[in-house]
Amino acid sequence: MALKASDLKVGDTHSEEICHELSRTQIVMYAGTSGDYNPLHSDDMFTKNAGYPGVFAHGMLTMGMTGRMLTNYVGDGRLTKYGVRFVSQVWPGDTLTAEATVKEVREEDGQQVVDLDIVTKNQDGTPVLTGSATARVD
Amino acid sequence: MASDEFPIERGHIMLFARSIGDANPIYYDEEAAKQTEPGQIIAPPTFVQASAQFDPDYFLRPKIGKRWFGSGKEASGSNAPAEPAAEGAARTGGGGGGLHAEQHYEYHRPLLPGMVLHSVSKPGKTWEAEGRRAGKLNFSESITEYYDQDDNLVITARSVGVRTERPATQG
Repeated sequence: MALKASDLKVGDTHSEEICHELSRTQIVMYAGTSGDYNPLHSDDMFTKNAGYPGVFAHGMLTMGMTGRMLTNYVGDGRLTKYGVRFVSQVWPGDTLTAEATVKEVREEDGQQVVDLDIVTKNQDGTPVLTGSATARVD
Repeated sequence: MASDEFPIERGHIMLFARSIGDANPIYYDEEAAKQTEPGQIIAPPTFVQASAQFDPDYFLRPKIGKRWFGSGKEASGSNAPAEPAAEGAARTGGGGGGLHAEQHYEYHRPLLPGMVLHSVSKPGKTWEAEGRRAGKLNFSESITEYYDQDDNLVITARSVGVRTERPATQG
């Protein structure tokens, strides 16, 4: 299931739809498992009072869902680094697509690795998350 | 966030995987997991975020018997009285003014059920920028190292938080 260095070319991409019309309930599920009960993510009344149009998803939910695209691509237990910036908010109803692009295939401490650029966009094509990852490959 | 004892539990991993919409059986099915390269159930890449559950002082969890800054009948919102929980949230940006800007992980060894992690957090850099929508942005970094029960480094996490002058409403 793991990727082979010899099969990878700079510019190769892998993309997945990571959520379809994100539900408020999914956001509540994430609050419950992560332990981040910030009312900005579940409490519309609080959130509007704080000056936002309504609740929005935890950045870490988008990072978690984007991580699923990554592990589906590079294989389980293969990531050595994964980092992101949250560049725009994710709202209930959003449909997100995450894409990884091969930036470099190289050797690190005698191990073949692939460096990936990551971007997750919403249904309007607006990036909500950008980042990078490194994974061990065969 | 820091916790003295963060037990990595199978049930918690399963629930966490569901909450990020990940149906990969390696997160809940022991038999299926045996057929994978790691050979057993593992935790997803962002799982250590759930260490918040085991931080007794985590300010974004309602505390039993304490006032919570979220709404009840009325929207308490960011105007909540300065009770301890509300103060903590305002200080670190949990209320109206603060957001998570970046998160970075380095994986040193697999995160497995049965491990009991402890972590050490230290502040990193701080810097300022001018935002297009939210006015002045104050960034601050925090680095957390997660160790297993034998003091092996498992994951290094670097988190960047941002306090905004105004709500960042574009999306």
